[in-house]
Amino acid sequence: MSEAEIVLAARGISRAFPGVRALDGVELTLRAGEVHALMGQNGAGKSTLIKILTGLHAPEAGSIELCGRVVSPHSPLHAQELGISAVHQESHLLPNLSVAENICAGRYPRRPRSRGGGIDWTETHRRARELLAGLGIDLDVEQLAGGLPAALQQLAAVARAVSTDARVLILDEPTSSLDADEVKSLFALLRRLRERGVAILFVTHFLDQVYEICDRMTVLRNGRFVGEYACGKLDARGLVAAMVGRELAQSASAADHSIADAGDAAGRQLALAARNLSRRGALKPVDIEMRAGEVLGLAGLLGSGRTELARLLFALDARDSGEITIDGKNAALTGPSDALHLGLGFCPEDRKQSGIVAELSVRENIVLALQSRMGLGKFLDAEAQRVLAEKLVAALGIKTASIETPIAQLSGGNQQKAIIARWLATQPRVLILDEPTRGIDIAAKQELMNEIIRLARDGTAVLFISAEIGEVVRVSDRIVVMRDRAKAGELRGGADEDAVYSMIAGT
Amino acid sequence: MRRLSQHALFWPAATLLLLLAVSALFNGSFLKISWQDGHLYGNIIDILNRAAPLIVVSLGMTLVIAVRGLDISVGAVAALSATVAALLVGGAFNAGGEVASDNPLFVALGAALAVAALCGLWNGLLVVKAGMQPIVATLILMVAGRGIAQLLTGGQIITVYYPPYFTLGNGFLLGIPVALWITAAAFVLLHLAITRTALGLFIRSIGGNPEAARVAGVRSSAISLCVYTFCGLAAGMAGLILSSNVKSADANSAGQLLELDAILAVTLGGTALTGGRFTLAGTVLGALIIQTLTSMIYSLGVPTEVNLVVKALLVFAVMLLQSREFRALVAKVLRPGHARREGAP
Repeated sequence: MSEAEIVLAARGISRAFPGVRALDGVELTLRAGEVHALMGQNGAGKSTLIKILTGLHAPEAGSIELCGRVVSPHSPLHAQELGISAVHQESHLLPNLSVAENICAGRYPRRPRSRGGGIDWTETHRRARELLAGLGIDLDVEQLAGGLPAALQQLAAVARAVSTDARVLILDEPTSSLDADEVKSLFALLRRLRERGVAILFVTHFLDQVYEICDRMTVLRNGRFVGEYACGKLDARGLVAAMVGRELAQSASAADHSIADAGDAAGRQLALAARNLSRRGALKPVDIEMRAGEVLGLAGLLGSGRTELARLLFALDARDSGEITIDGKNAALTGPSDALHLGLGFCPEDRKQSGIVAELSVRENIVLALQSRMGLGKFLDAEAQRVLAEKLVAALGIKTASIETPIAQLSGGNQQKAIIARWLATQPRVLILDEPTRGIDIAAKQELMNEIIRLARDGTAVLFISAEIGEVVRVSDRIVVMRDRAKAGELRGGADEDAVYSMIAGT
Repeated sequence: MRRLSQHALFWPAATLLLLLAVSALFNGSFLKISWQDGHLYGNIIDILNRAAPLIVVSLGMTLVIAVRGLDISVGAVAALSATVAALLVGGAFNAGGEVASDNPLFVALGAALAVAALCGLWNGLLVVKAGMQPIVATLILMVAGRGIAQLLTGGQIITVYYPPYFTLGNGFLLGIPVALWITAAAFVLLHLAITRTALGLFIRSIGGNPEAARVAGVRSSAISLCVYTFCGLAAGMAGLILSSNVKSADANSAGQLLELDAILAVTLGGTALTGGRFTLAGTVLGALIIQTLTSMIYSLGVPTEVNLVVKALLVFAVMLLQSREFRALVAKVLRPGHARREGAP
């Protein structure tokens, strides 16, 4: 392993943004035929480093060597020409084009002049088919990319990225929306690419995936380089310690159990009850009860109806059947604005799409829901907004230069916290959290889960949705398991993870 | 200086000052303001006065654009409102040689504004409730508005003989044109609504990310409807000022291309056409830039036939001056060493 050829070497990379030192003398070495994990908490500087490697930002200091030659990519296209390709978490393919068009976009084969010029579609399809076949991906290249499941789009995106003869392939959280089988097929693809000698940089928050696929890892913390380790030499505990800069893994989980064990559903007051809630094509009739002071976990695979149920409860989608009662009264819930007025809160799964308003400041994002409930006339004045925002920023430990910083400049985890702060500001009786921990590093996850438990203790009824069963089991007092767009059953808090898995699997 | 040049209103203001300076260069008395016949008089006052209808319309347009909308029917709505008012006021010489109106003035004005507001509401309903693309939804009234106005007038130009009607476009109050008072009132009213209520926050959140605004419980539909309705109302007001100024209503040509001037004014002022980011003061500057340009062309004595071409060239130059990319390019060419200055992520 050690004699593998060094493909990319970044030395002493530094970069600052207003109010933040994003990177400070960071080192990264990628070798041919290795998968290299880039690890760090939110705000550690992973995204900035990737943006520098792909030419979106220029470093203020430091150099990048590609195969022994100093390069300075100045645009993603230039980076691609140099041999550095990236696949990002959220931008997959152009949905309205076919897979082949996506793969060949920008460099379509042309027919010779003598045959009228223009794009040679037969050749386009052949090339795409050949590329996919070579990578062992079974996919109809003439199909529209938008119609494919996220996982296949992800595979096609990787194929497109390497089709430019990439020597360095950067994958920024490629698995965050994939389920276990889909991750397997992505990893199979990565292994084939590794055999071909591609140097792969892999960014993820899933530790088990790091140990499954990666050869080495580089850890960053607060924009600084912590170290480069061979995966065999550093176990998960050590890795976490390197990422957060302290030992934390054990004490945290012990604290959770006691709370989960204390769960006693029957004695608590019913906050929200839904009967026979359904929507065609999304959810079969479901009954659900939420109690004040209780965390209700919602577990299930992607597409099991988790998010669909949450959206119906918050009236983001119209229900075809079902009644919702809040505090024992029948609730006329016809839209999110009604839900807000009835004391519900909802942190959506996709925080970029439906959570943050990127151009607004952290303060404005935080006061938005409360102001919506108060209406146009009762305006929270500047001082009241500032006090509220600063209180919540401090309470949730949101890392931001100031409350006037545009929220887009915050890291993902801090954006997520700001959205939660938005709902805490309304002091909701029922708070629905759809995948609040997705794309957040472990330390932030732990803080967030502690926050959720604290909220429940203060009397809020919390619905906690997560793809990570371990998390659901740890924070929930009761767990509702979803399968095939219906409720598969209910478990008590503190249940064995295996019990949840077997209920999900239906065995 | 650097901080000043980064202020949102710096470039619109600089552009306006530049145009005024150029005008003053060609016409020594351009900047002179005097007191004549009991009111203010001068080129500047004239520009402000003539810009009034455009400013009023552009203020409405600013809000519509801020919620990711567009209203290309404002010119037609202005014509329709002018027609309704002119028809209702009418006026004929009575026995004593005095002019009487057919209906009380306030009834005529109120009806005209009500019709305009309804037009705005209609646009809003098509966009918000029927889910049409704003440009298509408002295209309907852009065509139909003038059509209805022509039906009402039978294709004739309606001349108004009732003098009190002329006050809006020609009158003075405390020495300042009435149209300016109306414009100032509209601006102050909107400014207060934006800064003293949550309207500004809601509009920017709807324009910035409509889905997130909806999830946060913002009543996006209701607010968008109000914004379109206000835009219609503003167009109606502009129509009244325009027709009062020329003492008649021409369904065919009143407010012609007003929608494009308004969109241009909003853009010049620094409001993002993609929604979210908007500035009312910028829009006022933008409208003044357009009017100053027009006045400049007349005062320079540009022949009528090249008028439009000259205006287009000037607009082109102004837009280049305001384009950040273009300025960066110029800076790069002038100072190659300083070229690389990037913003935050």
